[in-house]
Amino acid sequence: MATMTQSIPAASEQKESVLRRVLSNGSLVIGLIIVAIIIFAAVFAHWIAPFDPLHVDPLARYQRPFSGWHILGTDEIGRDILSRLIYGARFALLVAILPTLIALVIGGAIGLLAGYAGGIGDTVIMRVFDIMFAFPGILLALGISAALGPGLTSMIIAMVVVTIPAFGRIVRGVVLGIKEELYVEAARTLGYSHARIALRHILPNVLGPAVVYGTLQTGRNVILSASLSFLGLGPQPPTPEWGQMLASGRTAIATAAHVATIPGLAIVLLAIGFNLIGDGARDMMDPRFTKERS
Amino acid sequence: MLSFILNRALQIIPVIIGVTIATFLLAQIIPGDPADVLLGSTASEETRQELRTALGLSEPVYIQYGIYLKNLLQGDLGQSFTFAEPVTQVLVSRLFNTSLLAIAAIILASIVGVAAGTWAALKPGSIRDQGLSVVVLFFNSMPSFWLGLVLILIFGLHLRLLPVGGMDDATGSLAGLAAHMVLPTFTLAAWSLAVIARMTRSAILDVINSDYIRTARSRGVSEARIVLRHALPNAMPTVITVIGMQMGFLLSGAVLTETVFSWPGIGLAMYQAISTRDIPLIQGGILVLAIAFVLINFVVDILYAYFNPKIKLA
Amino acid sequence: MTMHSNAAPSPAAPILEVSHLGVAYGNDARKVQVVHDVSLAVSPGEALGIVGESGCGKSQTMLAVLRLLPRGGRVSGGAVRFDGRDVLALSARDVRGIRGHGLALISQDALTALNPAMTIGTQMAEPLIHYDGVSGAQARKRCAELLDLVGIPGATSRLGSYPHELSGGMRQRALIAMAISANPKVLIADEPTTALDVTTQAQILQLIDRLRRDLGMALILITHDLGVVAGVTDRVAVMYAGRVVETATTEDLFASPRHPYTKALLDSTARIEGQVSDRLSPIPGLPPDPRSPVSGCAFHPRCSYVRDVCHQDLPQLVDGIAGGEHPVRCFVDPFVTAPARRAGEAAR
Repeated sequence: MATMTQSIPAASEQKESVLRRVLSNGSLVIGLIIVAIIIFAAVFAHWIAPFDPLHVDPLARYQRPFSGWHILGTDEIGRDILSRLIYGARFALLVAILPTLIALVIGGAIGLLAGYAGGIGDTVIMRVFDIMFAFPGILLALGISAALGPGLTSMIIAMVVVTIPAFGRIVRGVVLGIKEELYVEAARTLGYSHARIALRHILPNVLGPAVVYGTLQTGRNVILSASLSFLGLGPQPPTPEWGQMLASGRTAIATAAHVATIPGLAIVLLAIGFNLIGDGARDMMDPRFTKERS
Repeated sequence: MLSFILNRALQIIPVIIGVTIATFLLAQIIPGDPADVLLGSTASEETRQELRTALGLSEPVYIQYGIYLKNLLQGDLGQSFTFAEPVTQVLVSRLFNTSLLAIAAIILASIVGVAAGTWAALKPGSIRDQGLSVVVLFFNSMPSFWLGLVLILIFGLHLRLLPVGGMDDATGSLAGLAAHMVLPTFTLAAWSLAVIARMTRSAILDVINSDYIRTARSRGVSEARIVLRHALPNAMPTVITVIGMQMGFLLSGAVLTETVFSWPGIGLAMYQAISTRDIPLIQGGILVLAIAFVLINFVVDILYAYFNPKIKLA
Repeated sequence: MTMHSNAAPSPAAPILEVSHLGVAYGNDARKVQVVHDVSLAVSPGEALGIVGESGCGKSQTMLAVLRLLPRGGRVSGGAVRFDGRDVLALSARDVRGIRGHGLALISQDALTALNPAMTIGTQMAEPLIHYDGVSGAQARKRCAELLDLVGIPGATSRLGSYPHELSGGMRQRALIAMAISANPKVLIADEPTTALDVTTQAQILQLIDRLRRDLGMALILITHDLGVVAGVTDRVAVMYAGRVVETATTEDLFASPRHPYTKALLDSTARIEGQVSDRLSPIPGLPPDPRSPVSGCAFHPRCSYVRDVCHQDLPQLVDGIAGGEHPVRCFVDPFVTAPARRAGEAAR
């Protein structure tokens, strides 16, 4: 009894301690700052970008960074790299966050249903997930993206499909764990409907781990989307997209290295931002989830 | 142990069948007329019609899958129009190169990763431990193709120490091969190295506070032996599982690394196939790499059991 | 302060002597003191019991003696002398020489105390081969003899077994065999029977007792159960909230317990002789959390003899008014003073 009352502090106290825990978590704070800066750039791209990201200037090709009006130099057809980076932040954030959200909702719903209902349906879904896990890393995304034809939409679909199983498994695992816990038993004997038990009792418990995993997956999606773009499966030129900028700058690596390396730095920075947030959020959560598959 | 292996072998059969279904379905989601995509736009109407009949495109999906599976069992993965060769031939001739790179990378990632993770776990919270976590963060936030480019820039173009692409020098010597392997191997290994280091560290820290570690210490066993003979073996099952999973990332990462370094493997062929939408080659490449991954995990399961004496009995 | 631990007659100079030892966790800003000013001594061949509820600091004291405190823990004061050497000042290399060879430890749960990934033989032989430089074959022979000595049947074949392949009692025997493998001078047994069933408990206690006598080791038996020390140890130290509260010969302690805590412990213990106490009363309340120390005598919130002085002042470990070699840390002598309030009231 004594431990029960100790573990549930007053609501105001809890809120305050969450804020304090966020602020005392260095990696979480740094991650949030990095991502906030990139979000700011994406939202206000129109105002802060010094040039038109699509403006071609054949007379100003391959200008070095800090050598003139173009702070980060220009690319192979004289476009301003800084402006393209700023506009590219929109795509980078979109293809990192949107597939995560969609996969979280779909995978979470599948996991919730499979875990709660159990039985044959659960077995079949888990078998399908097993098969999808048999495809290493980005291969399946590459295949789906290539089959559907290159472009933003097919890239997002591909990313969603390959990340659904991980969300499904995590949510299912949590559901199985808490399904048998006392309060659910109690709710069941009180005659609540299945939908009510699933939504009111299980969903809130699932949310934490799913969101933590989602943040970590967002960091991985930054890399996954950049990789697909690099292979030519993302938004097509002249769209300012970081992975694609890097790929087209690659040919001039010997003479104008900045064209390829600078977009790469942007990718690294965004991935670090999301990874720091994910690590921080994971540390604040139950340590159980630190052992989930990476 | 033998029955354990047989049991596992039986379990992977449905997974492999599932993998073939998934790769088969890839061709099904192609929008428009598959014949256009499968043959390229230059093919004549006659060859298209031939292909439609051969694939049974007018038949129900399960019949089409049957045809796909039958062809597959005969080693027929279709025709690659990029290479103007059967897909099987393209893949087989390049499988060795990809394996060479992937094996070199997993060896590098495992040895350095386990060593670094163990080294950090000896003094948790120390400068070197925090240093490792920063390196891990960077390695896990870097796209491999960018790391590859930076390495090419530094070691290939500026320092002129190492070749920047391809697999052999003009002489075809072993030293030439080794020199060509250095940068791609490191590029491919970086991500996995970081994951293995992180997981080794946490696996060792999980066991280092165990009672049996205290028992060994209380009997005067040296710290070095404590870590190497007591903590590490008990952390091994976790570490092996992680290494096995990393093999998957290495096989898929090969597409990017081979592209950056023009390494003549399956991945580079698949990259070339993407721009021409050579779907049969992409399909075949995915199938081969996925099955390789399943088989590697089968071996990993057996190793896991070997390192975990409690499973041997079961 | 005098060396109260030497109060009971000790024929020889102590082999292990702990004086005014303190153990603390955390930094200075948030320090948690789990052991305060503990002094103990054992002579060669002597058996000392340390009794107290879990969390009273008895295991922490012994881990400090072995320099095996977990991360975050440190010795905050005092000294440990083993065989004339200052243990706390030894180099890491020299401590290794004392562990196993001088001081050996038997942990409570043999299942977790044995390495699950190593055969019994391998882990037994490890220090013999790698510290003492015994050859593999000789070490193997020695290990088989030891397993035989602790009563494991088919000793040689058991060397190749993994811990999970043995029964609980056999595992505990194997752990004991490992502890005595390097002929230690002091055997420290930390709750060696807690994880076992009652029949096996008695067998293991008998085994430890027999080995001590046969091999001439000193024994420190740590337990929460006064019944365990009866008939095994020569002397007993009772610990409460990180302090020694009473030391006496085992006989004296059972016959005339003087600290209210000891008395309460005895009341809550079924007498091992079989004569079940007519009133088996558990001690009301819980021991204090070392993170929020209690003022005065740490036992006062649970004590039936509590007086005003107990709330503010910490009693010293001194010989009571009854006299004799029986120091006690209490302002009250329960055998001269009637309870200040009833036991039931103390639970409030």
